[in-house]
Amino acid sequence: MSSRTLPLLFINLGGEMLYILDQRLRAQNIPADKAKKVMNDIITTMFNKKFLEELFKPQELYSKKALRTVFDRLAHASIMRLNQASMDKLYDLMTMAFKYQVLLCPRPKDILLVSFNHMDAIKDFVKDTPSILGQVDETYQQLIEMYTPMCSGEFQLIRQTLLIFFQDMHIRVSIFLKDKVQNSNGRFVLPISGPVPHGTQVPGLIRMFSCTGEEVNRLKFTNGGNYAAATREGSFEIFGDRVTKLGTNMYSVSRPVETHMSGTSKSSAQKTKVNAAPNPLAKEELNLLAKLMGRLEEPNPGNADSGFRVNLFATDEEEEEALISRPDELSYGVLKIQATKDLQANAELAKIMGEFTVSGDQSPSASSKGDDLLAMMDGL
Amino acid sequence: MYHKEKSIPIKNSASALYNNLGVLRIAPRRLTYFTVVHANVVNMVSASWDGLNYSHRQLQSKEPNVATSASLIMQAAFCSLQSRELLVVTSQKGIQMYESDGSIMVYWHALDTPETTTAQAVFARGISAVPENYICVGVSSGSILVFDVPSKGTNISLSEVLDEHKESITDMASECSGSQECIADLVSADDGGNLCVWKSGEEFQLLHKIHGFDMSCSSVKLWKGTVVAGYGTGQIRLYEAVTGILHAEVNAHARWINSLDIAPFSGLLLSAGEDSLVRVWLLNLTPETNSVEIAHLHNECVTDTQICGAKFCDSDGYAFAVTGYDLGCHESPLPRVGAAGAGWRETVQD
Repeated sequence: MSSRTLPLLFINLGGEMLYILDQRLRAQNIPADKAKKVMNDIITTMFNKKFLEELFKPQELYSKKALRTVFDRLAHASIMRLNQASMDKLYDLMTMAFKYQVLLCPRPKDILLVSFNHMDAIKDFVKDTPSILGQVDETYQQLIEMYTPMCSGEFQLIRQTLLIFFQDMHIRVSIFLKDKVQNSNGRFVLPISGPVPHGTQVPGLIRMFSCTGEEVNRLKFTNGGNYAAATREGSFEIFGDRVTKLGTNMYSVSRPVETHMSGTSKSSAQKTKVNAAPNPLAKEELNLLAKLMGRLEEPNPGNADSGFRVNLFATDEEEEEALISRPDELSYGVLKIQATKDLQANAELAKIMGEFTVSGDQSPSASSKGDDLLAMMDGL
Repeated sequence: MYHKEKSIPIKNSASALYNNLGVLRIAPRRLTYFTVVHANVVNMVSASWDGLNYSHRQLQSKEPNVATSASLIMQAAFCSLQSRELLVVTSQKGIQMYESDGSIMVYWHALDTPETTTAQAVFARGISAVPENYICVGVSSGSILVFDVPSKGTNISLSEVLDEHKESITDMASECSGSQECIADLVSADDGGNLCVWKSGEEFQLLHKIHGFDMSCSSVKLWKGTVVAGYGTGQIRLYEAVTGILHAEVNAHARWINSLDIAPFSGLLLSAGEDSLVRVWLLNLTPETNSVEIAHLHNECVTDTQICGAKFCDSDGYAFAVTGYDLGCHESPLPRVGAAGAGWRETVQD
């Protein structure tokens, strides 16, 4: 549908990921310097110039598998390690949080304000590091340039595209359940009260006009809700009060974050339908992205001395239990990246590949059809 | 005024799209077809009037003979022409037309898709039958494709392309009152809220253009020469089609309106939006004074649901059906929540 959706999806999910990791790093008492390094490394990778260039090109949304793989790589861009169960939980939380924000946005255009809330928080995480700050500021500019001229209908198309991506996801998140924004069946609460969106009038008035344009009658009706007039509009500039709280850090108060696997939808029929014909082009795009993300200027992430593991559960036993008991239809099935022959043929990709120093030959190994590019990078 | 009936199960949940519910009443067989779009699939359910039998069918948006990935569907709608009824499905790749039971595809029209993805999305959206024998479909570029449909067979052809709109078409509607006196046959709406009023024929004629106010018009209807338009601001406006005179303005919903429908025999109007509310109104036309009135009759709240399709099930408006984003067939302790298509029927006073 909309070919402008991916940047918003990526930045908002990335923002939520940073909120969660920040909370877990503090909850696990990781030393401040290590925690800061992790946050900085991840943010640097997220806002890598070449990567963002690719991201902002017009394109269809990635499949769920492909996007999950991108975030897997992003989470491991530093010295922090996550087990499968923790990564699954992290991704569940990220996606449900953004789904909630997209659904609750009063106007489709407010998704941009949500994105700015995430950007503002990211900027705050790296305020002491000017090099990364510069990258973040440039991204603000790109967002403003691309999205502020869009009309309401185009924003709604973006929103509809995002909602298709989030279709049928009803994972229960304990913070949402506690705050009563999510029901026990996993659906979000949509209040019929509160301020109406900017540009909308409180429902309840009918005005009728004569042929000459004079108002001839006014009728009121009960709207069935409890609405108030709109609040002021949030700012769409680099600096400003966004007004909405959607997209701000809800983990600031240290609260344990749990997800519940039971009671979610068992009908997985539509899951296979939508991913029916795997698009080889998407894999190629993903390959490029994963490669770009691997271009770290930081020291080898595989260094065992400074590396540490973060657990998104209260104990290791819980983490193990979560991995075993995760329902099949909720497994993300991370994509294995393989370099295809086409990659060599494609001049642009070959050029970028040329900036890599790859040791050893590039011929397919005996055990797999093609080169596993990620494995190659991990071995560097 | 209306009471809730048993819900109609569909195979997948509804996607968040405009006008995401198609209804076709087959009186001789005492059943009704419903269509709901889920990503790249159209879910069809044939429901018997006694509520005892449901049969399901799914249509995909794949192009015939091409093994590319499926494209997302924007809309599915039934088109009733004089001698036949077709189901039209519009997607990112093109337009498919099926026999009304979804059994056979009778026509496929591919959209011009550029080789590399462009910033401007490409899709078809906005479907309307225009008696006697036209089916009109809107495109994201703003063009309207007019297809000539023979009374039977597959010899459907593109008759004309109307290039009046500059923004993506959102919805289209033809005069539904059945009255022969109305001059305007078709109204088309776009993302800028602009409305074009047309007279059909070998060459469609633009009768009037009503300018928008920079807000998308997501759903539109035409009844007895009156355009009823629903907007992203939650407002409904009534215009006289041929002159563009504004008859009424309603602050109807607190969120984006996704669906409008009119019961042509009674003048009942149904509106539904992302605010979880379905509202029933009554339109009253007084030809002598050329006045149009609208009165509010009823509200129905579908809790915690952003409604994406709402339609009357019959021409009098005795019953209506509703679909919402993410409402699907799944196990739940409360039967009414487990349904995909929720139905309401008018309460008969004893």
